[in-house]
Amino acid sequence: MSSQTGTAQQMAEDAPVVELAGVDFGYTATPVVEDISLQVDAGEYVAMVGPNGSGKSTLMKLMLGLIRPDDGSARLFGEPAHAFQDGSRIGYVAQHASASKEMPITVREVVKMGRFPHVGFGWLSGRDWEIVDRALETVGMSAFANRRVTQLSGGQRQRAFIARALASEADLLVLDEPTVGVDVESVDAFYDLLESLNEDGITILLIEHDLSAVTNHAERVVCLNREIYFDGPTDAFVESDALGRAFGTAATLIGDAA
Amino acid sequence: MTDALIVALQLGVLDSVLAPLYWLLSLWSELLFWVAGATGLELLQYRFMHRAILVGLCIGVMAPLIGTFLVHRQLALIGDALAHTAFAGVAVGLFLNAVLDLGVSPYLTAVVVAMIAALLIEFISEVTDAYNDVSMAIVLSTGFALGTVLISINAGGLAVGVNQYLFGNLSTVSAENAVILLVLFGVIVATVTLTRNQLLYVTFDETAAAVSGISVSWYNRVMVMLTALVVVGAMQIMGVILVAAMLVVPVAGASQVSRSFTESLFVSVALAELAVLLGIGFAYYGEATAGGVIVLVAVSIYVLTVVAGKLQSRASEGDAAVGAITADDAESPSD
Repeated sequence: MSSQTGTAQQMAEDAPVVELAGVDFGYTATPVVEDISLQVDAGEYVAMVGPNGSGKSTLMKLMLGLIRPDDGSARLFGEPAHAFQDGSRIGYVAQHASASKEMPITVREVVKMGRFPHVGFGWLSGRDWEIVDRALETVGMSAFANRRVTQLSGGQRQRAFIARALASEADLLVLDEPTVGVDVESVDAFYDLLESLNEDGITILLIEHDLSAVTNHAERVVCLNREIYFDGPTDAFVESDALGRAFGTAATLIGDAA
Repeated sequence: MTDALIVALQLGVLDSVLAPLYWLLSLWSELLFWVAGATGLELLQYRFMHRAILVGLCIGVMAPLIGTFLVHRQLALIGDALAHTAFAGVAVGLFLNAVLDLGVSPYLTAVVVAMIAALLIEFISEVTDAYNDVSMAIVLSTGFALGTVLISINAGGLAVGVNQYLFGNLSTVSAENAVILLVLFGVIVATVTLTRNQLLYVTFDETAAAVSGISVSWYNRVMVMLTALVVVGAMQIMGVILVAAMLVVPVAGASQVSRSFTESLFVSVALAELAVLLGIGFAYYGEATAGGVIVLVAVSIYVLTVVAGKLQSRASEGDAAVGAITADDAESPSD
């Protein structure tokens, strides 16, 4: 155990979870996001809001290293995001439309995937299955473990995906508009779950266009439309005019859950 | 370099390596002779039927195995596209044999050409960022056109031999072809067993798989290459035109009645084996083309599973109405 590796580890521990510096990106000549610099520290609960086509999802892909910035740098846990290898540290929950809809697969099998970064080509051990079952319990889905995912409601399905992230023992949970198509009652329960996970120390990065959900739950808001319009505590965001400027219309914080 | 390839493709060199498989083949034949003696089944009295049944059984495992991953990614058509390019590969093989007298098995050239086509499809999809049916259709028709052109240039003797590749044939499965198939079978089953976690994750949720550190494009390449192998393997019996059905139909049936992914894998294999065995039987006694009969049987089984699936979900809805939401296996498909 050399002191050098110790320092490197220490640095990785101290590094922000997500760090973007002067990031530009465009699929074509027109930039989708421009000059984005932001930093997310461990344990934060950050929401990213912006109108449709504002580059929210693109920014998320940049953060996760799924695409590389044209200019500037993106770092994940202190490493260049595209080269980041330890996939088990990140849990990803998308709009439920993204996953295969018709596939016969049970909730437990979905949650099992959270262990894949740990087992690689191997088989799940008894301990892995324990972690899977514990994750199911945490999100309150144990009773549905053997239910086919296609037979779940939108809210239940999103809980299953959260459980998958928990099973991978992720430090960072990234959610891309997770409540699209989820019924209203389940949405509240879903955000309660996120909050309790955040209290347990998991960093949460939420991409949302349901503004009321954001203002009720997140600690910090990043308001985006190609560039950052606002980045700060939720209370300050509610009082600012950033929303109107970013959306370019008289958007309100209530009732915009389209 | 091409010399090396040609030498590698000439089975004479490989014969010693493959000797154990020939031995296995004769063992299998002995077994079926014994079954024939015990049951008096006429179709089991011929060696070519033994080989056909063995090939059929292997197809019944590997086609739905790969097909399960393809169907749930909405890639059902890729099998068709690769089958038609494999036909081009067969034509290349026949052409080389006729012109240069190489003595290469057309199935081996089909493997090579189909693999190249598979990577081409994957490359197009990576560049254009989506699997689209247009690029698939282009690869499909290019393959078939190339095949027909090569064959017509060489007409005469060749045209006669083409039918067996187009429609498949039970009686033309040579020992050599059966051994090629056993090798393909081994490669496919081993690869899927090794990479089952990654393939499942990529199939179910590509973005999450990428986030979790799985190289999605790499596994996509593995997937299409395996598909190419399956298609060529199954072509002997099923023929170019019908081979894709084995990738799709049993899988579609299995997803009607299965709840879990593992279950659907096993059910699809079971359904495929049923279709293969019944199909070969019917084809033999009815003197019909095996490929067509197998597909018709598979589709009939699919229709039955649709009905079974409907009954099953109605039954579970009934359960829910009574309030008995238990996670039991009462409705598992027993047929």
